[in-house]
Amino acid sequence: VSNPTRTAAANAPQAVVGRWLLGALAVAICLVWVFPIYWMINSAFLPTNRLRTPTPTFFPVDGTLSNFRRVFGDPTFFASFRVSLATTGLTLVAAILFAFVAALAVSRFRFRGRKSFVVAILVVQMIPAEGLFISQYQMLDGWRLVNTVVGLSIVYVAAILPFTIWMLRGFVSGVPIELEEAAMVDGLSRTGAFFRVTFPLLAPGLVASGVYGFLQAWNEYTLALVVMTDPAQRTLPLWLQGLVEANRATDWGVVMAGATLIAIPVILFFLFVQNKMTAGLVAGAVKG
Amino acid sequence: MPRPSTGRPGPPGGAAAPAPPPDDAPHADSELTPAAPSTPSAVRRRPWRSRAGVYLLLLPAAAAIAVGLGYPLVRQFVISFQEYGLAQQFGRPAEWVGLRNYTELLSDPYTWQVIARSVAFCLVNAVLTMALGMAIAVLMAKVGRAARMTLQVGMLLAWGTPVLATMTVWQWLFDTQYGVINWLLAEPMGMSEMRYHSWLVEPMSFYFVATVIVVWMSVPFVVFTVYAGLLQVPAETMEAAQLDGANAWKRFWLVTVPMVKPVLFVVALLQIIWDLRVFTQIYVLQRAGAPTRDTHLLGTYIYSLAKEFSMAGAMATIMLALTLALTAFYVRRMLREEEL
Repeated sequence: VSNPTRTAAANAPQAVVGRWLLGALAVAICLVWVFPIYWMINSAFLPTNRLRTPTPTFFPVDGTLSNFRRVFGDPTFFASFRVSLATTGLTLVAAILFAFVAALAVSRFRFRGRKSFVVAILVVQMIPAEGLFISQYQMLDGWRLVNTVVGLSIVYVAAILPFTIWMLRGFVSGVPIELEEAAMVDGLSRTGAFFRVTFPLLAPGLVASGVYGFLQAWNEYTLALVVMTDPAQRTLPLWLQGLVEANRATDWGVVMAGATLIAIPVILFFLFVQNKMTAGLVAGAVKG
Repeated sequence: MPRPSTGRPGPPGGAAAPAPPPDDAPHADSELTPAAPSTPSAVRRRPWRSRAGVYLLLLPAAAAIAVGLGYPLVRQFVISFQEYGLAQQFGRPAEWVGLRNYTELLSDPYTWQVIARSVAFCLVNAVLTMALGMAIAVLMAKVGRAARMTLQVGMLLAWGTPVLATMTVWQWLFDTQYGVINWLLAEPMGMSEMRYHSWLVEPMSFYFVATVIVVWMSVPFVVFTVYAGLLQVPAETMEAAQLDGANAWKRFWLVTVPMVKPVLFVVALLQIIWDLRVFTQIYVLQRAGAPTRDTHLLGTYIYSLAKEFSMAGAMATIMLALTLALTAFYVRRMLREEEL
């Protein structure tokens, strides 16, 4: 039953004006946040002589594709793309598989050391990886895995796992165990009940964690900088930084085209699955 | 997918699929003597099998974390008590030097300067991010559908952009000669002394740029997480508070905030951790032409020590201790409040 006085208040002139002002504020904030991305795309379509003008060009009217052509003509772009793809693929397969079985154990079984494991997962996330990279480099160097996809993937998997387990644990706990038990009453084994009842319900959670892992590995810069010192083994973020350093102050157009090419697929991918990721985080963090 | 029949409640059991009994502490002895000959039934063996199975499920994740994070952490800790420089790289055994690396670092005023800068940068960024993020989340919950969608899309675009692409654009935005920010400040806003301002040369100005970028990147995460939390506050509670005469401000602080507190806790904790270990943004801005010694934070300082492994190890250990000190309060409360 809605409150009649409240409805009346919401229709009063000041309230309507207030709503409009808040809406305008929301749009203004959106513009501030979108502007850098707009500017990246805008500049990517402009030739150098239109970027180096006293007054900036705000709309890429009769712009050019030459910046993009130059990026696509750069063989190192494709080499880096392959390194990124291989590292991300290897990292994802290992991380999702390991995290899934661990999340299962933590949320479906009661065993000694369970709580310690969960606490460890929480605490491990506080280790500043930015302080560890020197000894990670040394370790990989000792195994002759510096400048290799496998080496980089090892440190990526370890970096991504704690949060992925944390997130998947929220999703697994979200599927009521009663569903599984009911299937077991109907004659399925425990494993059968799990794979035929719970697993299909976990698909969104697995997709969400997969995307989280993908974004982390694909966009990571620090460890790649330390591990991939050979220019032939650069991942895409390292390639982009190289492009910036080669063209800074001379050709921002090609730099922006490179940044746009790296960013747009990732942004689209992200838009597609973001709400599941947030739900997973909130579930993992709050529901236990 | 077969539809599970939920119409039959009750404990699972029966001969077809005996459920493993809840394996808690009292069964511990059977774990040590599995499947004694006198108890041949499957029920007796089951807890042991499922117990071992559980640890097998944990093994891959635990091993991967131990190799990728645990071992480097221990190694860094050990090395921080040794003399480990270039000579050791070429095979000379490392010498134990006790706390010498630590005393050397901590007696250097520059180390303290870097620590102070990092803590200040972390707190300023975390507070700004939390305040802006909460304000925008509340705004998102208040505005109409169209405005909310607009705001959400904007936030998502910023959140989804890869960090290196973000850094690249912001360098271009803050470019001294052709950057649009200098143009905006000088032309429409009339601050002509900003026309060719070099943003990265002065440390304070450098940190201002870094703060703008870090906050811009971090706010969307806070907005979406807090907004998801706000949606869980039941409308009835708010109406009850309103009927009791609480105004909007009071409702926010006395009803909404306590109810979304768990979410705020986690988010604030993550912000502190992330902002203390900030590396990429600082490193890339330094490469763009800033004096590195005047602008180092913990991450870049450790990176700059990379040639002296022991020093880097000691500094990283100090950083870890600092992180734990800054977050201990949060972690303790989370562990206490949460049923794990």
